[in-house]
Amino acid sequence: MKYPVTQHNNYTLLQLTGEIDLNESPNARRQILEQIKHNNNLLVDLSAVEYIDSSGVASLVEGFQNARGKQLEFALLGVSPSAMQVLQLARLDTVFTIYHSLDELDT
Amino acid sequence: MTRLERIHLLSRADRLQPLRKFVRELAIQQGCCAENLDCMVMAINEACMNVIQHAYHGRDDGEIIIEFWKDADELLIRIYDFADQVDLDAIRSRDLADVRPGGLGVHIIHQVMDSVQYKNCNEPLGNLLEMRKQLNKPVKCNLADQ
Repeated sequence: MKYPVTQHNNYTLLQLTGEIDLNESPNARRQILEQIKHNNNLLVDLSAVEYIDSSGVASLVEGFQNARGKQLEFALLGVSPSAMQVLQLARLDTVFTIYHSLDELDT
Repeated sequence: MTRLERIHLLSRADRLQPLRKFVRELAIQQGCCAENLDCMVMAINEACMNVIQHAYHGRDDGEIIIEFWKDADELLIRIYDFADQVDLDAIRSRDLADVRPGGLGVHIIHQVMDSVQYKNCNEPLGNLLEMRKQLNKPVKCNLADQ
């Protein structure tokens, strides 16, 4: 599955959808890293993610580290309560920059 | 204690989504509170991921057996694999301050389940993971206490 990609200000917005689990996370990882390879500040929209497990979170972490290595911005948007629970369990809720909405990003 | 279900699945990543759906429906049927439902699904998913990735090293033809038992108001889940026996001392959470991909499954399981026990099976091959969760006491998933 190819996730939708749009632009928002100086961010590329990559909207992940569905369940980012062990079956799907390699695809998510590939597309996250592709955007960073193209030197795009990346905003990963999780608002349409129904479920994410530790493999999905690992993809986000790898994206975050790759972006940081290239001095690019990397942030999450629209994290659902269940996804936030996984981030909190992994103590990553304070590591990632998280925006609840595009309005919050813009202010 | 009553055995509710015993299911067999292959060690394939595409089997995890139907498994999560099955676990959710079973837990709801058994009266699991909303707070514990996500925890249950999460732990079983992470445990099976570990079996697929680490016990079977990504092979997609390994067998996984999952038993669901009910003991009063507690659910006992037993996850069996038939891979080489793992060193039980090597199963541990890693330091979360070291931010890197991977290695979160064991930590998540221990955080959300009431008890977790890893065992080697008595046979030459195989491992067993036993996890317990109270159905109606939202304890471990209360992240406000973390």
